[in-house]
Amino acid sequence: MPKRFSLARRLVLGVPYLWIAVFFLAPMALIAKISLSRPAQARPPYEPVFSLSDGVGGFLSKIQTLTFEAYRSFGEDRLYLDSYLNSLAIAAISTLVTLLVAYPFALAMARAPARARPILIGLAVAPFWTSFLIRVYAWIALLKDEGLVNHALMALHLIDAPLSIYATNLAVVIGIVYSYLPFMLLPLYSALERQDPLLREAAADLGASPAQVFLRVTLPLSRAGVVAGCLLVFIPAVGEFVIPDLLGGSDTLMIGKTLWTDFFANRDWPSASAAAMILLALLIGPLVLAERARLGAEGRPS
Amino acid sequence: MRGVDLARRAAIAAGFVFLYGPILILAAMSFNASKLVTVWGGFSTKWYLALIEDTAMLDAARISLEAAALSAAIATALGLCAAVSLTRFGEFGTRTVFFGAIHAPLVMPEVVLGLALLSAFVAFGMERGFATLVIAHATFTMCFATVVLVAALRSFDPALEEAAQDLGATPFGAFVLVALPCVAPSLVSAFLLAFTLSLDDLVIASFSTGPGATTLPMRIYSQVRLGVTPEVNAISTLLLAFVGLVLGLSALATRGRPSGAADLA
Repeated sequence: MPKRFSLARRLVLGVPYLWIAVFFLAPMALIAKISLSRPAQARPPYEPVFSLSDGVGGFLSKIQTLTFEAYRSFGEDRLYLDSYLNSLAIAAISTLVTLLVAYPFALAMARAPARARPILIGLAVAPFWTSFLIRVYAWIALLKDEGLVNHALMALHLIDAPLSIYATNLAVVIGIVYSYLPFMLLPLYSALERQDPLLREAAADLGASPAQVFLRVTLPLSRAGVVAGCLLVFIPAVGEFVIPDLLGGSDTLMIGKTLWTDFFANRDWPSASAAAMILLALLIGPLVLAERARLGAEGRPS
Repeated sequence: MRGVDLARRAAIAAGFVFLYGPILILAAMSFNASKLVTVWGGFSTKWYLALIEDTAMLDAARISLEAAALSAAIATALGLCAAVSLTRFGEFGTRTVFFGAIHAPLVMPEVVLGLALLSAFVAFGMERGFATLVIAHATFTMCFATVVLVAALRSFDPALEEAAQDLGATPFGAFVLVALPCVAPSLVSAFLLAFTLSLDDLVIASFSTGPGATTLPMRIYSQVRLGVTPEVNAISTLLLAFVGLVLGLSALATRGRPSGAADLA
């Protein structure tokens, strides 16, 4: 690159780099640090771990005050353990249900007449842009004991007494499936839409039944879309706060909600930070997979 | 093939009923004179009129719009710089770190990001309020803006810029006069994506804002916790209509180009 442009280039790269370093990398390092300190009645409400003014000696003596207390208490505290396990279970079940709901929908859109497809997929992902909070809120009126779903079912004489769906784990699963459906639809649709219809015709010509064509041609070829969609739903669902808070009951333990309560109600920063670090550790595998899937989809190393 | 056609239509119809049904029911309820969800008490706009009296809600709406506009502008500018760096500068020493740091917030749980930003604001000695809210929103929305703009710059033919340079334009001049107008629709989608993400955000805002700057989603959330009320239905309907309008305008602006959301998957 010519030397006289290097200053401009440095600015173009430097500004966003500095921003992301100060407001993302440094904060992440900070909560890793806070998770290793003890709660304190002060501002900020945790014991300082390192500071630049300490010098090397101070640094070494501070290392001895580091504590894994916040982490250790998780092993003993059933609340945290249950929150993690429950989050993973609810996220996994929700991801599976979302896949089952999204697949026929995406397949039908991918096989629709070519000129209708952009409009269909546009309408299907449009809810992604609208308020998450409001879309979750809309389900409260539907799922409550005196809500519309129960009202409709009772009017049809399908049930005699209202079903208790609201404030249960089932309501949380419904909320996740509904909210994250666009994230599953988009990768499934692009994987299915790319498939060459000649492959299916060839399979049919060779004697495959429609079910066999689906199971042995369509489904295997859409694998990349299935993996990408599942990751895009599973990862945020594990750390979800709004859905378990609004649709779940007091016994619905999910780690996003536990972390929120720890932080806003109990003012326990080290515990909340440790919870955040463990959440990241749990998600690191899926996150790396998601990154790899995206790079694969881009088709170039970047 | 008739049966297949029918099944396809049924699947599409069922999908759209599931996606849009709850939103439409919510919008319908905001015009219900009765407070009860299951009773239709006649058409009424009284809940919308009640909103005009609700100064706390209006203040929150104003703060949300201001924060969204400001943070989306910052996010688009930073995102453009980041996208240019990632697509035009070739390999540089810490490119992998930069790439990872730009993409990590896209998939990071919101509670973790919110907590990290808050810890940083406290550590930096920044008073929480409107400024920290804008910084927090600009930080997470710039990642989305970058992804949209990287896709746009990649699909743009670099030969056009080279031609401009051969004709005597400086590299900067060539970028501003040739590349920038070509990616202008994507700049609009990046801005609108950042704007709507900021407008909708509850979790990161709750961590990063202070007492003087309560956002609309935070206000709605505190009301929702008390139960379903027609006023919340009314403000929600207005917000949905507003985002729908912005989305419609963006579809017009980009005229059939893949939307920002499509670039993310």
